[in-house]
Amino acid sequence: MSTLTTQNLTLAYDQATIIDGMDVTIPSGQITALVGPNGCGKSTLLRGLARLLAPRGGAAYLDGKAIHHLPTRELAKQLGILPQSPVAPEGLTVRELVAQGRYPHQSWFQQWAADDESAVNKALALTGMLEFADRPVDALSGGQRQRAWIAMTLAQETAVILLDEPTTFLDLSHQIEVLQLLERLNRAQGRTIVMVVHDLNHATRHASHVVALKAGAVAASGPPADIVTPALLRAVFNVEADVVPDPRTGVPLCIAYGLAETPDEYDET
Amino acid sequence: MSAEIAPSSRAAYPWITLRTRLLSLRVDRRVPPVLALALLATLAAMVVNIGVGEYPVPPLDVVRTVLGLPTGNEDYSFIVNTLRLPRMLVAALVGLALGVSGAIMQGLTRNPLADPGILGISAGAGLVAVTLIVVVRNVPAGIIPLAAFGGAVTIAALIYLLAWRGGDSPIRLILVGIGLGAICGALTTLIITFGDIYDVQRALIWLTGSVYGRSWTEFWPLVPWIVVFVPLALLLARDLNALNLGEDVARGLGSPVARRRGLLLLTAVALAAATVAAAGTIGFVGLMAPHIARRLVGPDHNGLLFTAGVIGALIVVAADLVGRTIFAPIELPVGLVTAVVGAPFFIYLLWRTRRG
Repeated sequence: MSTLTTQNLTLAYDQATIIDGMDVTIPSGQITALVGPNGCGKSTLLRGLARLLAPRGGAAYLDGKAIHHLPTRELAKQLGILPQSPVAPEGLTVRELVAQGRYPHQSWFQQWAADDESAVNKALALTGMLEFADRPVDALSGGQRQRAWIAMTLAQETAVILLDEPTTFLDLSHQIEVLQLLERLNRAQGRTIVMVVHDLNHATRHASHVVALKAGAVAASGPPADIVTPALLRAVFNVEADVVPDPRTGVPLCIAYGLAETPDEYDET
Repeated sequence: MSAEIAPSSRAAYPWITLRTRLLSLRVDRRVPPVLALALLATLAAMVVNIGVGEYPVPPLDVVRTVLGLPTGNEDYSFIVNTLRLPRMLVAALVGLALGVSGAIMQGLTRNPLADPGILGISAGAGLVAVTLIVVVRNVPAGIIPLAAFGGAVTIAALIYLLAWRGGDSPIRLILVGIGLGAICGALTTLIITFGDIYDVQRALIWLTGSVYGRSWTEFWPLVPWIVVFVPLALLLARDLNALNLGEDVARGLGSPVARRRGLLLLTAVALAAATVAAAGTIGFVGLMAPHIARRLVGPDHNGLLFTAGVIGALIVVAADLVGRTIFAPIELPVGLVTAVVGAPFFIYLLWRTRRG
């Protein structure tokens, strides 16, 4: 199986160190949600795991091999990344977009083998995009568009898929559409999914493992039922919240009702 | 080994697939008919263009003369094969190079306004070439394309440093390009103002963006650039497709982004520089041809690059035909004709991009 870990990983943009010496393990075959307040480094961590950002120190490992030292094409056969809000070129159809996912499997002489075609069709079917396959991506709704991009990542046929805020800018039903798709992919195909999410309740409901980050460090990590507590919400998000069992599934549900009392600022109510 | 060409069973399948044991390719099914029509139209425009002039030659005789068949008129061979054919071939190759170059630049920058002329790359090539002709003087003709290439690379590097690295705002890229182009243009004018009249005349002949008087001497130096860089562009189409989705996506797909982007940029700049050396700065062809091609065959660079090239060839040949006939016997330079059509097109795109 494919296990993602980091050891003493340090990530930085120019002068600003975002993540300093982080050790984290992503369980394979599960959905892991990276959560935390703005600027905590969750997207940066995802970029580091996907070799979009080179480590300043330490390393991220896939099955024990340092990700930054793997040939980029080889890595692309094992690990897919969907960045935040990607933009498709004007007029590009869904099928053309999804076909791009075959890039790491192709060569100059084999640009469209039978495997490529079947992988694209499978990805279109899995995401329910077959009927939209020949529509331009820019003519789709937000949820369909995100599904098209996820289909591209699926056509890459990687064991691990990383997604940076896959539900941002989508309305509620489209958020659920995307999250349920990810759950299906994880359950039916055993793919390891790592996603950055903003909504903590999305994390508890759809992920089986949560990594909560604060200020570039892991504040807690584990199954949502074990780690999502009022104390964690206070420490990580600086909010006072009730954590109650979800009436249908029993997973922890967070209801925030105010900012946590902090010694500095915020006098008013 | 059997080649099967499989238009899929589904009615509206958009691709034509070629699949053998050694080779598999796919291309948008609109590409072959569009390419065939555009090639035919270009050839037809070339034949008509060769036929018109002070000494008209009927189209059929043009074709016979080019093919070396007897026509019953001994003057035709000189007029067609020596005077007018090389000019037409230069026009077609320049259009081809500009179309491919523009398509690469637009795909690479993800910017619909990119074009070797607008980004100042042609002006950079022009400045270096004029400097060689007017200031250095007596430079062998074969050196000028190489030197023009150096000028184009310099401008491309400056644009990259000043505009591209700090985020990819389309307007910023264009403004920096126009600015650098204006500086090069001003320096070129300065050199021309103080130059020796004979050298200046020589520099002006091609600086105006014209194929006037182009002979086999201008044609042959252009050929190697086309033969090397157009196929290279076609080989890199897959990487251009990936880069067109954005740098992060391309990297995630396993494209060696820095190397492939560098190679693509080099290809676009080399093609643009070669056109400047052969025909001066013919504007807006690299802008218009990819847009027209995209409308006809879609945005997949596998089919788009060469289609944009052929459309570019058609534009330059047709513009030259217009320039030669509209105020005959006075000839308008082809660059003037493309600018008259291209400038409004550019403004339209600028307006659409701002809103979008």
